[in-house]
Amino acid sequence: MGEFGGFAGVSRLIKFIHKYGAPKRFYRLAGRLVPWFAGVTALLFVVGLYLGLYWAPPDYQQGDAYRIMFVHVPNAWMSMMAYVIMASFAATGYIWNVRLADIMAKATAPLGASFTLTALVTGSLWGKPMWGTWWVWDARLTSELILFFLYVGYMALQASIDDPRRAAHASAILAIVGVVNIPIIHYSVYWWHTLHQPASLTLTSQPKIYITMLIPLIIMSLAFMFFYFTMLLVRVRSEILVREQRTDWVRKLVRSKR
Amino acid sequence: MRKQNKRLAFVLIGLTGVSIATWLVLTAFRHNLVFFYSPTQVLEGKAPHHGIFRLGGLVKKGSIKKNGLKTTFTVTDLRHSLVVHYTGILPDLFRQGQGVVVQGQMAGSSVFMARQVLAKHGANYMPPDVEAELKHSMAMKAKAQS
Repeated sequence: MGEFGGFAGVSRLIKFIHKYGAPKRFYRLAGRLVPWFAGVTALLFVVGLYLGLYWAPPDYQQGDAYRIMFVHVPNAWMSMMAYVIMASFAATGYIWNVRLADIMAKATAPLGASFTLTALVTGSLWGKPMWGTWWVWDARLTSELILFFLYVGYMALQASIDDPRRAAHASAILAIVGVVNIPIIHYSVYWWHTLHQPASLTLTSQPKIYITMLIPLIIMSLAFMFFYFTMLLVRVRSEILVREQRTDWVRKLVRSKR
Repeated sequence: MRKQNKRLAFVLIGLTGVSIATWLVLTAFRHNLVFFYSPTQVLEGKAPHHGIFRLGGLVKKGSIKKNGLKTTFTVTDLRHSLVVHYTGILPDLFRQGQGVVVQGQMAGSSVFMARQVLAKHGANYMPPDVEAELKHSMAMKAKAQS
């Protein structure tokens, strides 16, 4: 049997990626994109922080303390989004042997881990004055901590295998299995009684955040998203250089920079 | 079947298997994953009888009595309620009508001795003037109805 009919489109797409996703080409493309992404990131952070810290009104319950939301919520969202991106790249690399996807997945892991850690730490700082505790073992907090361990485990597995292709394959399995944790994190506050409150923003209902607080939150979320893409491109570029260090184009590049 | 399709099938079947396994585990442990019990569950005997557990619900309006560091209040789930005794500092968000989770144990059939009080907060965020307006319009509506 040759190909499933439905996969013809996918396999054409994969061929396209093989051609244009060649590390050398992508290294140059990413190099041109980085300054733009970095600029947009900086602009979004300046606007978002100004709106979040000065322009937005205080909250009727929490006063000014709620403003930590503008860092906590975007990091929590990005911790989950980065994981889904990482697992998707890892799966693409594993199934279709796309080298660039392996690199993307590997480069995402430390970024996702830092988003997760930031979400946990800011949540803890927020929890102490509002809930009255730094930490509780409720389903939301625990599943987010497991997410952090998944990232760390992925990075440890990558680091323990020298051959990049074998490292990518082994860690891809871990990344894919870990995806089951993502819906658990999201639905934990609905499935179980938790100390953490349910989501204020959902796709299906009215936002429970007042518009003047919602705007800074959305801008800060975009800021962290663009921060992720900027850092991803930077990290992918350096990973490409390491992996291709013995090729002619990298040697030429290094010589020209001296 | 080509190698790629084999690997794709492996990933899809594997992910489905792991999801089902996780679902089974979570279903089996559902009662252990509960962070707190409601007053109704406690009165039905679903909470641990002797030992520490967490009780959650709303602080009943007008039920808070303070005497120095000693606080007495009623936790309700709008069906049943329990009286809670606590000695210590309360979190910022501890208010009447707000969600609360208290850790401790039962002393008698309807009194709960709390060692720790945690405040739950809702998913709503709004400025104080909007909240005041909202309250005002709700009061007006209630007036118009009565």
